[in-house]
Amino acid sequence: MPEYAVELRGVSKSFGPVVAVHDVTLAVREGEFFALLGPSGCGKTTTLRLIAGFEQPTSGEIYIAGQPQREIPPYRRPVNTVFQNYALFPHMTVYENVAFGLQMQRVPRAEIRRRVEEALEMVRLPGLEDRRPRELSGGQQQRVALARALVNRPRVLLLDEPLGALDQKLRKAMQLELKALQHRVGITFIYVTHDQEEALTMSDRIAVMNQGRVLQVGTPEEVYERPADRFVADFIGETNLLEGLVTEVQADRATVRVNGTLTLQVGATEGIATGQAVAVAIRPEKIALHSQPPGPYAIPGVVHEVVYSGADIRYLVRLTDQTLIQVRLQNMGNGSTPHFPREERVYLTWRPDAARLLTA
Amino acid sequence: MAFHLRRDTARLLALISPSLTWLVVFFLLPLLIVFAISFGQRGPYGGIRWDLTLANYARLLDPLYLRIFARTLAISLATTGISLLIGYPMAFFIATRPRRWRNGLLILLTIPFWTNFLVRTYAWLLILRDNGLINLFWTGAVHTTIQQLAAWFPLPWWDELLRATAEPLRLFGTDGAVILGLVYGWLPDMVLPCYAAVERLDPRLVEAAQDLYANRVRAFWRVVFPLTRSGIIVGSILVFVPCVGAYVTPDLLGGARTMMIGNVIYSQFMMVRDYPFGSALSFVLMALMLMGTMIYFRLGAEEERRLA
Repeated sequence: MPEYAVELRGVSKSFGPVVAVHDVTLAVREGEFFALLGPSGCGKTTTLRLIAGFEQPTSGEIYIAGQPQREIPPYRRPVNTVFQNYALFPHMTVYENVAFGLQMQRVPRAEIRRRVEEALEMVRLPGLEDRRPRELSGGQQQRVALARALVNRPRVLLLDEPLGALDQKLRKAMQLELKALQHRVGITFIYVTHDQEEALTMSDRIAVMNQGRVLQVGTPEEVYERPADRFVADFIGETNLLEGLVTEVQADRATVRVNGTLTLQVGATEGIATGQAVAVAIRPEKIALHSQPPGPYAIPGVVHEVVYSGADIRYLVRLTDQTLIQVRLQNMGNGSTPHFPREERVYLTWRPDAARLLTA
Repeated sequence: MAFHLRRDTARLLALISPSLTWLVVFFLLPLLIVFAISFGQRGPYGGIRWDLTLANYARLLDPLYLRIFARTLAISLATTGISLLIGYPMAFFIATRPRRWRNGLLILLTIPFWTNFLVRTYAWLLILRDNGLINLFWTGAVHTTIQQLAAWFPLPWWDELLRATAEPLRLFGTDGAVILGLVYGWLPDMVLPCYAAVERLDPRLVEAAQDLYANRVRAFWRVVFPLTRSGIIVGSILVFVPCVGAYVTPDLLGGARTMMIGNVIYSQFMMVRDYPFGSALSFVLMALMLMGTMIYFRLGAEEERRLA
């Protein structure tokens, strides 16, 4: 049986009548970069606070390194937190902030000095020991918060939207740096974010949450390519969701009638039956556009809108039943990407396995 | 640049001139008059004789007055300390209630202020004096209960308790009564600045401390206390300063034995009619308070500078 760094078994948390976390079961592996992803208010931060010990679960049990954590206060848990907006101590210097956890654990003074310097070096922030948090930029504060947590060599590092307050450019750079840092220190990271791109870029595995529940746990590829339900498909990346009824099921293919007029061929998932209400999910970048119908299954439409967005060109195509479909073509270079002006007649195709049938 | 600077200065002067005039006419000038009088001598019918002398200040060194100064200081310090011990936790209690409750609780705190201070102090007099509310209960219900208990279960210690409850408790006219009255009067001045400081404190900083292995006690002393110290300092000054100059409370609750410096000043001006000595007392009192406050503020400013 594999050793889990953190395990949640049937954990629920209610605040009065509000259920913030509903029956969550999760197992985070040792050394894993694990993301809790969901929109704001989905319960991801509450889940993190339950692991840190700031909240007690209403029911269920949390294990850290195999040990049940019920009634164990935050200051006795082998985890450290990087808070949203950092929560650095404003009355202490950078050095004092980073040394705080070690002082509280009564680590000898000389060792504190050595480890604080090491930690500041690790986050590439040496020479700022005597500054106060207010004298630092957002990015520097972020690094202090990281050093303050990592210096304690926790079993698990909890990060609550740690890059949320940084600008886009710095954010991207820090994503890669954090990932590299996690590799180097080998500590389990549990990372809360509402940014699906960030979760996809950094994580080994992602738990997608909505309304207090975990909808899907999987690698970035799994949750992107094989979303479990409509919410996951829609939340991770962009998706065209077409609601319809299954009219025919063959060995590995299903025929779906959308809006009564449009017929689509889709790779069938297990347990699909004729007559079932389903959604067909198809990613915009997996659709090809043609000016002439390349085969019998090409879907005719009219270009409704064209948006040039640098790396790719986005089309909004109106199908015969007035459904709008997003299509994204990579910008391959001047002239080599076919260009379709507005109101031009086009034909859409995709590989049958590119579309996915969702029943939930 | 110079022109702008001059114009800005002129505008600034125009803005502050009303308050500046007020301060000069009603504070600085009278103060100078008091200062001048303190070097005069008492005239035969209570007037001032302008034979300049330092005798009034020399008289302050009389052990009688030094004792009163010392007692004033001790009572004021005790009041400030007790107010802090009650007020700081109170500020915490209010600041940690749900937001919709807080304003209501703060209003409750200030409700006693809607009644005249003199009336409220008289109320304490009615509670504390020998035939006051507490003693009515003590020599009445408590005494009778013990009598009955003694009749039912004869035990050796009843006699002593009976003797004790036969006499009223000495509450009125003690330093304790004065401190009680002062704490009662100035507690909100401690709670409000402490509340402001606690309310400003980011609760996540406490969580961060706990996350970094600090238990509640250590999180308090390392994070909460230093970050609310400015409130404690302001509150302490707001309580201490009026205590040192207190007159009504010691006069009503302290009786003749517990005199504070305010009472001495009052009697010098209103009864003895020794204006020069009263002025010297006032002036020294003010100088001492000013010095104390400045030292204390310096401590606070140091903290603010560290935070800024």
